[in-house]
Amino acid sequence: MRSYLISRVLGMIPTLAIISVIIFVVIQLPPGDIVTSTLDRLQAQGVDPTEEYVQNLRAQYNLDKPLVQQYFYWAGNLLTGDMGYSHLYSRPVNELLWERLGYTLSITVSALLFMWIVALPLGIYSAIRQYSIGDYIMTSIALVGVATPPFMVALIFMHVGFEWFGVSTGGLFSPEYEDAPWSWGRVVDLLSHIWLPMIIVGLGSAAFTMRILRANLLDELNKPYVVTARAKGVGPAKLILKYPVRIAVNPFISTIGFMLPALISGEAIVSLVMGLPTIGPLLLQALLNQDMFLAGSLLMWLAILTVVGILLSDILLAWLDPRIRYE
Amino acid sequence: MDTVLKVRELAVDFKTDIGLTHALVDVGFDMPRGKVTAIVGESGSGKSVTANCIMRLVQPPGRIVGGRIDFAPESMDPFEIVSLGKRDPRLQELRGGLISMVFQEPMTALSPVYTVGNQVAEAILCHRKVGRRQAWKEAAEMLERVGIGDIDRRIKMYPFEFSGGMRQRVVIAMALVCHPEVLICDEPTTALDVTVQAEILTLIRNLQQELNNSVLFITHDIGVVAQLADQVVVMYQGRVLEIGTVRQVLKDPMHPYTKGLLAAIPGLAPKGQPLATIASVVGDTDIARPYPLVTLGDGRQVSLPREQVPGAIV
Repeated sequence: MRSYLISRVLGMIPTLAIISVIIFVVIQLPPGDIVTSTLDRLQAQGVDPTEEYVQNLRAQYNLDKPLVQQYFYWAGNLLTGDMGYSHLYSRPVNELLWERLGYTLSITVSALLFMWIVALPLGIYSAIRQYSIGDYIMTSIALVGVATPPFMVALIFMHVGFEWFGVSTGGLFSPEYEDAPWSWGRVVDLLSHIWLPMIIVGLGSAAFTMRILRANLLDELNKPYVVTARAKGVGPAKLILKYPVRIAVNPFISTIGFMLPALISGEAIVSLVMGLPTIGPLLLQALLNQDMFLAGSLLMWLAILTVVGILLSDILLAWLDPRIRYE
Repeated sequence: MDTVLKVRELAVDFKTDIGLTHALVDVGFDMPRGKVTAIVGESGSGKSVTANCIMRLVQPPGRIVGGRIDFAPESMDPFEIVSLGKRDPRLQELRGGLISMVFQEPMTALSPVYTVGNQVAEAILCHRKVGRRQAWKEAAEMLERVGIGDIDRRIKMYPFEFSGGMRQRVVIAMALVCHPEVLICDEPTTALDVTVQAEILTLIRNLQQELNNSVLFITHDIGVVAQLADQVVVMYQGRVLEIGTVRQVLKDPMHPYTKGLLAAIPGLAPKGQPLATIASVVGDTDIARPYPLVTLGDGRQVSLPREQVPGAIV
């Protein structure tokens, strides 16, 4: 188990290195850079910068160096924890990111938990009562859930909330707590707001994982080991949970790995629609304005979150299934 | 004769895409207490379904549509199995406590994610109010008894770390650990190679003699029947064709199907001569038409028209 862990953690390093190269290349691809967009802005204000100013600006961002060297400057700074300076917001990227990463994480993780709490019992019910009315109802709801994009759900929720109940459902805080320092009241306020984006972001994945669990469980329900356990007198509820469900949740857990990116990107769009102070809207602004340090750092962090998420799901899987542990 | 299980007019239907398949039709036989009863027959003759009925393990699309199974355990009042409600505590007690079963496929009969000890001890914990430690201790004793050595290490191992023969020993230990009065073995050696088959058969026979329980042994191997059984039930297409002692059935088969079955045992034939087959399997009216069992003076029963059975008494 220990060697498995070590090899998995070490394996993350090249993965993240390759991702960082790809991110760097992608944010370099569009024509123009932060200097040209600054010049555009200055010219729009009627200022005509000197050639020397432009050169200084380029030198400040190492834009006068070859591309490979630029990458190593950027990656090196990332490693030391310095994510650079956001020209768009005129603040260090570190500050901007820490403000928002927490919210992104809380929405994503709570959406993941919501997904499990909903999908696990409903998936089991659907499988052991296959083709019952309850199964058909849940299948229909799941199909709608899978087919409706999260932002659409968000819009519907916001519309219904405003038109029918007269409440504004956007944001993570009430206006009075928006800029207030952290306090017990602010935490309660956050909790009273976060459940809605949690449900909206988690709904599609919950529906999807429910279907996966149902299919997995149907495969397992009549396996010989289940018959053996029944024949030895294990009670019905314990039989289902201890035997087939335990095997059927394996693929269910490995889906965390690929559900996480989906949840994060779903969260980005929902946050835009609902005006949530998370990483999503920040990333969009950064990309639109070619704020390369901000965009690069944000993308890198999303990549790290995803890779760590996959690692966690693999560890969980190894812990649950001895066949993986012993290989 | 002291009978532990009495099966009468048992009928099972399977719902399929093309309609109802009658898996068992009017199956009846007695299991003498403390003896080995063998059910023989080809694939699809209803041997396993009969065993599953006794344990009430028939799952949809299959359904028991009629008949009764009277069970007379020594430790409890007799009761009827087919009519037991799903929530009847006797059903839970029956499964694994009074009657237990060894399955055909040792490779898949154990869950891969629990240790061997966990799965054997669970059988004890299901039926008796003992602590986990005591259950594991008894599980270890039973595992040693079925021939698994180095028990302190092996009991913590997972089934996939065991060979097929070892896994079958674990399944046997699991079946016997609650000292059931009836042990059903559903082709326990079919999936094993020949040398391991012999070991497992010896083990089952020795344990039966030690524990003195009643065994229902399902097989299509006549050689195994000759070695193990006291009484033989011959099944074909969901019906019972012949019942008798091993000596009666193997030495002097009455039913044409039994005769064909015995003739089809592979032996040393001269070169170029085809081995005997059961010609009447496909469509011969002799065996495809159901006749009620006729009882003879010496106790054996056969499914033939009455006038063809000399000495029929019932």
